[in-house]
Amino acid sequence: MAAYIARRLLAAIPVLFGLTIIVFLIMAMIPGDPATAILGSYATPENVAKLNKDLGLDKPLIQQYFIWIGNLFQGDLGRSYTLNRPVLDEVMERFSATLILAGTALLLCSVFGLLAGIVSAVRQYGWADKIITLLVLIGISTPSFWLGLLLILIFAVNLRLFPASGMYAIYGGGDLPDLLYHLALPAITLSVVATGVIARLTRTAMLEVLRQDYIRTARAKGLSERKVIYKHAFKAALVGVVPVIGIQAGFVIGGAVYIETVFQWPGIGSMLVTAISTRDLLLVQGGVLVVAAAYVLFNLLADVVQTILDPRLR
Amino acid sequence: MKKFLAAALASAFLAFAPQAQAQTPPNVLVVGQIAEPKSLDPHAVTAVNDFRILVNLYDGLVRYKDGTLEVEPSLAESWTISDDGKTYTFKLKEGVTFHDGSPFNAEAVKFNFDRMLKEDHPFHDTGPFPLSFFFSTVEEVIAEDDTTVTFKLSAPYAPFLSNLAYPTGLIVSPEAVKQHGKDFGRNPSGTGAYKFGEWIANSKMVAVRNDDYWDGAPDLEALIYRPITDANTRIAEMLSGGLDVMVEVPPDSLQQFKDDSTFKVLEQAGPHVWFLILNAKEAPFDNKAARQAANYAINKKALVENILQGTAEVAAGPTPPAFAWAYNEGLEPYPYDPEKAKELLKEAGYNGEEVTFYVTEGGSGMLDPIAMGTAIQADLQAVGMNVKIETYEWNTFLGKVNPGLEGKAGMAEMAWMTNDPDTLPFLALRTEAMPDKGGFNSGYYSNAKVDELLEKAREVTDQGERAKLYKEMQEIVQEDAPWVFVANWKQNAVTKASVEDFKLQPSFFLMLQDVKKPQ
Repeated sequence: MAAYIARRLLAAIPVLFGLTIIVFLIMAMIPGDPATAILGSYATPENVAKLNKDLGLDKPLIQQYFIWIGNLFQGDLGRSYTLNRPVLDEVMERFSATLILAGTALLLCSVFGLLAGIVSAVRQYGWADKIITLLVLIGISTPSFWLGLLLILIFAVNLRLFPASGMYAIYGGGDLPDLLYHLALPAITLSVVATGVIARLTRTAMLEVLRQDYIRTARAKGLSERKVIYKHAFKAALVGVVPVIGIQAGFVIGGAVYIETVFQWPGIGSMLVTAISTRDLLLVQGGVLVVAAAYVLFNLLADVVQTILDPRLR
Repeated sequence: MKKFLAAALASAFLAFAPQAQAQTPPNVLVVGQIAEPKSLDPHAVTAVNDFRILVNLYDGLVRYKDGTLEVEPSLAESWTISDDGKTYTFKLKEGVTFHDGSPFNAEAVKFNFDRMLKEDHPFHDTGPFPLSFFFSTVEEVIAEDDTTVTFKLSAPYAPFLSNLAYPTGLIVSPEAVKQHGKDFGRNPSGTGAYKFGEWIANSKMVAVRNDDYWDGAPDLEALIYRPITDANTRIAEMLSGGLDVMVEVPPDSLQQFKDDSTFKVLEQAGPHVWFLILNAKEAPFDNKAARQAANYAINKKALVENILQGTAEVAAGPTPPAFAWAYNEGLEPYPYDPEKAKELLKEAGYNGEEVTFYVTEGGSGMLDPIAMGTAIQADLQAVGMNVKIETYEWNTFLGKVNPGLEGKAGMAEMAWMTNDPDTLPFLALRTEAMPDKGGFNSGYYSNAKVDELLEKAREVTDQGERAKLYKEMQEIVQEDAPWVFVANWKQNAVTKASVEDFKLQPSFFLMLQDVKKPQ
């Protein structure tokens, strides 16, 4: 197993490098440059050229890239032009906030998605199934940024039950209850689509398993229904569902980009949105690298869990 | 199992609901900003968003008098100007210290300007200093003694004092710059009414009361600036009670706050002009009649009332009325007169050639540029002008417009916010300010008389004399119509009703020294 994980991690390295090259090229292709963004309305071509030179952006792209890679190996991701601080500090600070949000959303969508899927499958065509199927359909089709605004309007502005934005209370606070309280609306918003996807897949997988002979055998043996469903059927269905959860993890991190902006969550998504609009190349680069690495890790984790659940894959 | 999990999660979230009455604490003012500050180094930034914070952390040698754009003493007690207008000598306040404990004196002042202006200064690399050209006429700064500092200018430069009052002229602690180097922008130290507390990325920037402030300690214990980039979220946060003050309220939401007595809405005209640059080098706008036609054809009143919903006023000329002393009251905006526009276009010999119109998606002071652009296009089409819009993101837009419109476009949107009546016309209307000479005259307007008036206005230090020159310049420019003069923006802010003595300034800065919020 350890060798398998190591192999997968090593295989991820060329993927990450390829990705940074693509990001570098895309940022070079889009018009506008950091110097113009820094100088604002006062950007004359002359001043832009001078500032770009000061920032080392007049060098050929390939050279800039190699400088970046060289520094990367020394643990230095460069210095953000717009924030005037090391990229690594900013990215790590922001990424931990994203992990908290995405991790909670992932927990919510896994728990509720699996539960809803099981109930739906066990009560196939019953009223519970019908309600869940309807909710799943609504969940999957709701744009999350819109849902976010709706939740803010209802729960923050009208009912004043939850804060509209931020990660901690602006004064005092800062402890776990405070964090959970700020986390509620964005995490729910972020998890809705994935909950729907997981519920739908769990339902299908469960129905498949429930039709199998060994389930009939288990029931014939006189096992309680609860045991049949949770011990036998669910465990078998999980093998099919886990990789989907892994993929959803990627989508959840991707979705965080919008949700963080709507809720002003200080994560890497909102950082990237600003960094792209200000052409802060190194910050974009560092941010994308970390997000991509997380994506790779999540998928690896899903594969490992799947291998543990299903001995045939070993 | 199912019930247990559901209950556990629900209670984890809901248990904290009672504390949810999002109330800001007394004596602490929470300000909703439109973005994260870039840096708290006043010499390194250009955005009003950052200036709104900086003026509370730092002082300059001079500052704008409350409610005006005229200068008054601040860290300098008094000053004298030599007869040739080239030497400014300042007498500094005694006993003032920076927040880090180091003394404020003439050497500190010298350090500040040398850092910005001298490329060989040991701390010049803590820049870049994008607005240092405000002081490009400064040849030398001399610390005569502890409390006397002299600026030698290469040429008489009347806007000098007003530039010193701008955030680019705020005085930072040399010791803090030496200690933090490039990180000074995150560890600021000035002499202002509030001291830097903490800055948590994308969450808040806290400034606390400076009990030793030379001009009297402020009432508030602390200021908290919260960056909320999404306008809808900002409004929601204001409505739900998480903010005390919010700036730049979108016109659509302003009425909602006006109708609610738990809020106060403030509006204040500022030194802002929204205009269209016309390309005077190429047809059709190389002809004055065609440029005037554009000014008559566009229904600015409709733009201001319908699109900007009364958050701006129709502009008459290149100088905004906020510069009260230099503004020519006699100027009337071009009236909306499509018939006259058609006549003038005929006179100019316009025969329906397509005009490319650069429109931006957003940008500093641009208000609602796409909606404005399409309305302008429709007005021009109505008088027979064939206008094709090209839309660009702000940075790209600047990269296209600032190098000049020649061969690319007939017209472009633009907006400026400045601190002195000199800045905009000097940088954008002179013959010497064409893009190939490093200026912002992207429409290639040239009028020898305007050049002469502007050069002269820089040299006379008497304000009455200067005002006369600017007023004459405005008349000529209005007649020549190098731009379509569209709007002067009124900045706005909403506060909770419990916030006292909050004012907007024509400088667009947010001076919070005298604000109170007892509950």
